[in-house]
Amino acid sequence: MSEKKAAAKAAFPHTIPILTGFLVLGMAYGIYMKALGFSPVVPILISLFVFAGSMQFVAGSVLTGVFAPVSTFFLTLMVNARHVFYGISMLEKYRDLGRKKFPTIFWMCDETFSVNVSADIPEGVDKGWFYFFVSLFDYSYWITGTVLGAVLGQFIPFDTTGVDFAMTALFIVILVGQWEKETSHISTLGGLGISLVCLVIFGAEHFIVASMVGIVLFLTLLRRPIERRLEE
Amino acid sequence: MTNAQLILTVAIIMGATMLTRFLSFLVFPAGRETPAFIRYLGKVLPAAAMAMLVIYCYKGIDLTGGNHGAPELIAGLAVAVLHKWKHSMLLSIGGGTALYLVLIHLVF
Repeated sequence: MSEKKAAAKAAFPHTIPILTGFLVLGMAYGIYMKALGFSPVVPILISLFVFAGSMQFVAGSVLTGVFAPVSTFFLTLMVNARHVFYGISMLEKYRDLGRKKFPTIFWMCDETFSVNVSADIPEGVDKGWFYFFVSLFDYSYWITGTVLGAVLGQFIPFDTTGVDFAMTALFIVILVGQWEKETSHISTLGGLGISLVCLVIFGAEHFIVASMVGIVLFLTLLRRPIERRLEE
Repeated sequence: MTNAQLILTVAIIMGATMLTRFLSFLVFPAGRETPAFIRYLGKVLPAAAMAMLVIYCYKGIDLTGGNHGAPELIAGLAVAVLHKWKHSMLLSIGGGTALYLVLIHLVF
């Protein structure tokens, strides 16, 4: 089996929960955009070029409002700010991806990050191709979902409300796995606590940027003790 | 919005989104030594980022009204317990999602 094929085969099972979630969410997005009056081409192109779930829903209302380039730019930076954390977390892992680097970073999202940062890649499987295929598969699920929703949204005969809980479940599973592996829980507990406090104080719309600042401050202040723990 | 404004708006959203994805890699390119502090963050940040992501999934629930987020909290707890117990990713995710569907469609 070729290197690529082996990596694709190892990557696929990790993306099954995302397959379910993205098909449903992508479909919901296609239907939503259609309901706002856009032709199917618009959501499909946005999914292809933007590929950022929550921002795409926000974009729906942005596009139906007045033209506001500057505030749109900053709104997008805020909604997607968490990608910066994923970038810093993946600096080493994505370092030597070569030609695969651009698409793999372009396809980065919550779900792909969660799999690529935590997966135990089997011995003999090329890590770079594994990261690439997880990213590519997730991207293609999202596009497929969008196309289905935008083109045949009104013919879907069953209620898909709630199926996207699979995404939350995926993140919880990874968090539990992480908890069992880590030698120190400081970062996990800090992340949980700070995000929760920020959510209560700043509300659902604004808590992510505040949480990110809080988490970096927290990890900076506790650098010495955390590094000591990691060395043990 | 005119069509040109629409296309420009989508381009801005695309550009800003790409900026958030590529920023870290542009500031700390592979060819140059990454500062020790950033390497430290790269090591400890993933744990906190995953924790933040779980809280992010719960941002929409309303603890004070409706069903008080009970379906989300119960199903989330079930996922964690199932996973601690059996360590089967598909069982934890499948079981938790099935429970969530039962809770929102039949119970609450």
